[in-house]
Amino acid sequence: MKVIGHVAVNVFKESVRDKVLYNLVVFAVLLMSASYLIGELTAGQDVKIIKDLGLASISVFGLLIAVFIGIGLVWKEVEKRSVYTLLSKPMRRQEFLLGKYFGLVLTLIINVAVMTAAYYVVLAYMQAISPPNLRASWPAPATDPALLKAIALIVLELMLVTAIALLFSTFSSPFLSAILTTAVWVIGHFNQDLRDYGATIPSPLAASIARGVYYVIPNFSAFDVKLQVVHAQAVPLGYIGVTIAYGLTYIALVLLTAVIVFSKRDFK
Amino acid sequence: MKVHPAAWAALVVLFAAVIGLQMIQADEPPLATPDGVSTNMLYVRSPQILGRATLSFHALLADIYWIRAVQHYGGTKLSTAPNKQYDVLYPLLDLTTSLDPYFDVVYKFGSVFLAEPYPAGAGRPDQAIALLQKGLRTRPDKWELAQGIGFVYYWWLADYQNAAMWFNRAADLANAPDWLRPLAAVTLAQGGNRASSRMLWTEIARNADADWLRDQASFRLKQLDALDGIDFIQRIVDQYRRRTGVPPASWDDMMRTGLLRGVPPDPTGVPFRLDPADAKVTLDPSSSLNPLPSAEHPR
Repeated sequence: MKVIGHVAVNVFKESVRDKVLYNLVVFAVLLMSASYLIGELTAGQDVKIIKDLGLASISVFGLLIAVFIGIGLVWKEVEKRSVYTLLSKPMRRQEFLLGKYFGLVLTLIINVAVMTAAYYVVLAYMQAISPPNLRASWPAPATDPALLKAIALIVLELMLVTAIALLFSTFSSPFLSAILTTAVWVIGHFNQDLRDYGATIPSPLAASIARGVYYVIPNFSAFDVKLQVVHAQAVPLGYIGVTIAYGLTYIALVLLTAVIVFSKRDFK
Repeated sequence: MKVHPAAWAALVVLFAAVIGLQMIQADEPPLATPDGVSTNMLYVRSPQILGRATLSFHALLADIYWIRAVQHYGGTKLSTAPNKQYDVLYPLLDLTTSLDPYFDVVYKFGSVFLAEPYPAGAGRPDQAIALLQKGLRTRPDKWELAQGIGFVYYWWLADYQNAAMWFNRAADLANAPDWLRPLAAVTLAQGGNRASSRMLWTEIARNADADWLRDQASFRLKQLDALDGIDFIQRIVDQYRRRTGVPPASWDDMMRTGLLRGVPPDPTGVPFRLDPADAKVTLDPSSSLNPLPSAEHPR
């Protein structure tokens, strides 16, 4: 456990050295300039649009980090041959791999936490400058704590994407890993179609295969409650609980697969 | 490596040239388009395709389409082009509400500006009703959408049977306000009348969640005030005519007899117009309240 922690902290320090957290500046500038400019364009819907923009940006920036850092986590060490030095130390392969994973997750969580803080500051500002009659027409306050539900599920989604990227990075090149991770993420958003495929095709076999794929491919659309929280629609705690359980189980499955694949690799 | 000073100079010159050429380009008159040819492009019109293509970013894309719809409406309304068209307004609002069915203000926008007669609006109350009905299919408990359909039938189509039916349907839904049921009854019994119209617009103004909707309601209420003002002053003009046997040639004639103390203004401050030929009181053509709602449909 201690070893995993050491590796994780090093991954985080490395991401800071690589200026990964510079995206926070871009995020802050994007939100602040949008909150300033957007009022003229949106016919009174600026708070709704800032909420949407903020959540989408947190998701996109996190996704870019998860994919493009995740795919290089193992590959970089192999390419630089530093993996030989690392694995000659009293460290097991799974500790190395899990350390890498949790290091990137730590980077993502800190990243999302800072973005969330900036997001709430901008929303609080917009709430403060909005007249009371306008505020009364909003379905929820600008700084609605329910937005955190969407952000929590975004973090879980990013953790799953990171695990998938790490899995691919254990056996393929960064380019291929990026394509495969992105493909899984995209297909994971079409899961609903796979489930409903049976209603549109006559072949029961094809319908069963589609349904099987539906259960196997990660259901990324389940993590998306952005629209609901922005409109103050109910997102039951039961739904969040099941989604968190699903996400964590899937992450464990992917990480275990990555550990097995990595333990089979020959570094001699 | 040291950068040659000439490279820096070339960079500055090229940057200045780009800005200068863009300024020249901006001064060029826009290229003409043939009559009837729309320049409003919408690459994707299928809500289903767009919904799938946006993955988990439906709401953000809905915002972009909403901004496009507002810009399209505003730009077209202000345009002085003879062939201006609101041809992508409905598709834009349709896409927006398909991507984000909870985006309430879009339905309100559609119920006013899709239905408003051309050139101030698209002149398509049928599309306004279609948009609101689509909203009701997704959210059958939303009384505001049913009231919006009633409003389009009432205000833009003067179809009071259907208007009353929809006001009643809205009144049946949860959390509907008390004023809907009496409005439906009055609409059914008397058709449109100014008191009902005033009630409708007053409630719209009170519940407005956007400045443009509040402004629109305020404008319509001023129009109703203007209609009341015209009726009131017309009665005084008729009184003058009965008293003197001739119609007044101007407001001065009326003031000399003491029937008026000054030139009466409309709610925007522009004096009403008195036609000396038939002694009819109307809005001045320069008034921003033109055109008033039809006098035959007492809206």
